[in-house]
Amino acid sequence: MSDIQKNLSYFALVAVLIIGTGFYQSWNSALFILNMGLVSAILSLGVNLQWGIAGLLNVGVMGFVALGGVATILISKNPVPAAWDAGGPRILLGLAIGAATIAALVVGFKRLPKGRIRTLALVVLAVGGFLAYRAVISPAIKSVESVNPALEGYLGGLGLPVLLAWPIGGVFAAGAAWMIGKIALGLRSDYLAIATLGISEIVVAVLKNEDWLTRGVKNVNGIPRPVPYEIDLQNDPGFVEQAASFGLDPTLASTLYVKLLYAGLFAVVLVLLLVLSQMALNSPWGRMMRAIRDNETAARAMGKNVTARHLQIFILGSAVCGIAGAMMTTIDGQFTPSSYQPLRFTFLVWVMVIVGGSGNNFGAVLGGFLVWFLWVQVEPMGLWLMQVITSPLAEDNALRLHLIDSAAHMRLLTMGLFLLFMLRFSPKGLLPEK
Amino acid sequence: MIDFLNAIVALSNFVLIPAIAYGSQLALGALGVTMVYGVLRFSNFAHGDTMAFGTMVVILFTWWFQSMGISINPLPTALLALPFGIAFTAILLLGTDRMVYRFYRKQKAVPVIYLIVSLGVMFILNGLVRFIIGPGDQRFADGERFLLSARDFKAMTGLKEGLAIKTSQSITLVTAIIVVIVLFWFLNRTRTGKSMRAFSDNEDLALLSGINPERVVLYTWLIVAALATIAGTLYGLDKSFKPFTYFQLLLPIFAAAIVGGLGSPIGAIAGGFVIAFSEVMITYAWKKVLTYLMPDALDPTGLIQLIATEYKFAISFVILVIVLLFRPTGLFKGKSL
Repeated sequence: MSDIQKNLSYFALVAVLIIGTGFYQSWNSALFILNMGLVSAILSLGVNLQWGIAGLLNVGVMGFVALGGVATILISKNPVPAAWDAGGPRILLGLAIGAATIAALVVGFKRLPKGRIRTLALVVLAVGGFLAYRAVISPAIKSVESVNPALEGYLGGLGLPVLLAWPIGGVFAAGAAWMIGKIALGLRSDYLAIATLGISEIVVAVLKNEDWLTRGVKNVNGIPRPVPYEIDLQNDPGFVEQAASFGLDPTLASTLYVKLLYAGLFAVVLVLLLVLSQMALNSPWGRMMRAIRDNETAARAMGKNVTARHLQIFILGSAVCGIAGAMMTTIDGQFTPSSYQPLRFTFLVWVMVIVGGSGNNFGAVLGGFLVWFLWVQVEPMGLWLMQVITSPLAEDNALRLHLIDSAAHMRLLTMGLFLLFMLRFSPKGLLPEK
Repeated sequence: MIDFLNAIVALSNFVLIPAIAYGSQLALGALGVTMVYGVLRFSNFAHGDTMAFGTMVVILFTWWFQSMGISINPLPTALLALPFGIAFTAILLLGTDRMVYRFYRKQKAVPVIYLIVSLGVMFILNGLVRFIIGPGDQRFADGERFLLSARDFKAMTGLKEGLAIKTSQSITLVTAIIVVIVLFWFLNRTRTGKSMRAFSDNEDLALLSGINPERVVLYTWLIVAALATIAGTLYGLDKSFKPFTYFQLLLPIFAAAIVGGLGSPIGAIAGGFVIAFSEVMITYAWKKVLTYLMPDALDPTGLIQLIATEYKFAISFVILVIVLLFRPTGLFKGKSL
């Protein structure tokens, strides 16, 4: 069987699984799996860029996804004028002071002559900068957060179209990746893993606690959509008529229509990114990256700046994750910081990349769809399995109730087993790198 | 003078004692990470969940003992259950080594592969722990709650500030000291310990001199099982047990191990205390202590809290970054046991 046939048969399998869901469960859940599968495929494409092509361990995907989510708020929500009046400019000033302090510290460290005086000057600068930052920003945050806290209590966004947030989300993630890459790249590979793990926890902690920016755990609801609302469609006589001609009732038709529109938008992004990744992989740049991955010392001897190349691809991969994060928040229509769980947003993506085939872009996409499908479907399957296993026990048996209650956690176990089996028996994944 | 004493008492009560207890817990956790790194040469991302697994077994045994009415009042029953927790965790770790890690050892896989494999193990342990005990909070501390309660201390000394020492805190410290002494005695004085150090220093040389690598690995996992279970149980007694919190402990534990120097046991202990003290001191609201120390005119108006408690991860992270930037090998040059 040729490679192309093999690729096609795997993707056909995924299509059959999704269509099967449509027939046996509901078309709404089939389209939900398809949409999130598209987003997962983009995420796994981003991680594949880092791990598959450059061999970089990013264990902080969740952080970059969350930054993408913030972009949707900051771009698409309307600004809150009262909050801006209460302290918007002052917060910006405070942030500027913070940024200037850090910049001054970096410049000072590089320019000043080594010695005790430098250490002392930098410590004084750091402490002074921090105190000034707190003095400026704290009262402003307090007054912004007290503006109508039940509904607002934050600065809002720019009120621009939400689609703009997708690339901006990528830019946010790229900025964070630049900072983290500057620190941890060039050191041993597991340091990057630990540093990314740390930064992702911090990003989520910031989003949960900085109410003036994201309303914290109060969540931001009603993020504008790039597609029409179901209720408008149901009130549109033209749409209702068309739905009737397909033999669908307007409610079902409108939900399916909206999901299909999202699927179309997401597919455009995925295809675009896939084409770009494929071009990059086959370009001289991609060959250089793989050469660096396979033998860093040799590549360095050939005059390649390994750290700079790593930084480059780390930023690109993280930007892709940021874009996916913005898309995810857009389709949810709300931003809930507490929903960012590392197992779901970081480690599951790793399973996708490893299962699909690290180093192969199509493999990453396939892994994204397949693992996402399993992630969604393992839960009902586990529940069913538990019910079958425990059926000899009495209805109110404590063990039976406990097992059925805990069936939801089966999916973690399954994913772990899946990953380990794949690593052991087929470490190159379903679609191996050529 | 009284003010000064009050300030010291407040400082010990809210900063020193909690930080010492937390530091001992982190140190034990970091020792586990550092042992795996020194002998097996990879960063074990499953360590937090190993701790959760061990603690879970301890909790289950504690409940069983409680239901049978066995207790060692005033000490918590969990101490009685600890050996069982260690035994089960050891079986678990040896099982994963046999079924998972050994294959890659035979292949001489690169450390990064081990790391990803440990992510898979982490997933499985995560699922297992949540499957058995559920994702919620569990409290399992019983026995006497305080060694010294704030009220008694006030009555004893007549000071305005109280000093409370929780039983869990003192048990943590005592256990940590015993464990560390035993561990160092084992590594430095026994034949097996010496062979472990030799293996960690230079694998090829150790193999040439006839050290059996599988035996070294076996002992490492046994020690790691004990360290992880003890660290997890002490943390759970002191605070509470929740699987996700244990996963999150990975970050301060790794930070402690790296700050001290990955692979260096002394470093892991030092790193644990550095991280714990910074975390507690930076997130503590200093108003109380400063009110006693400053002249009345200069009394602080705010809380004088540098960073909100929610950002305690940021502190371990910043320390980690500073160490990575200026001294990537850690305080004590790492890499070997």
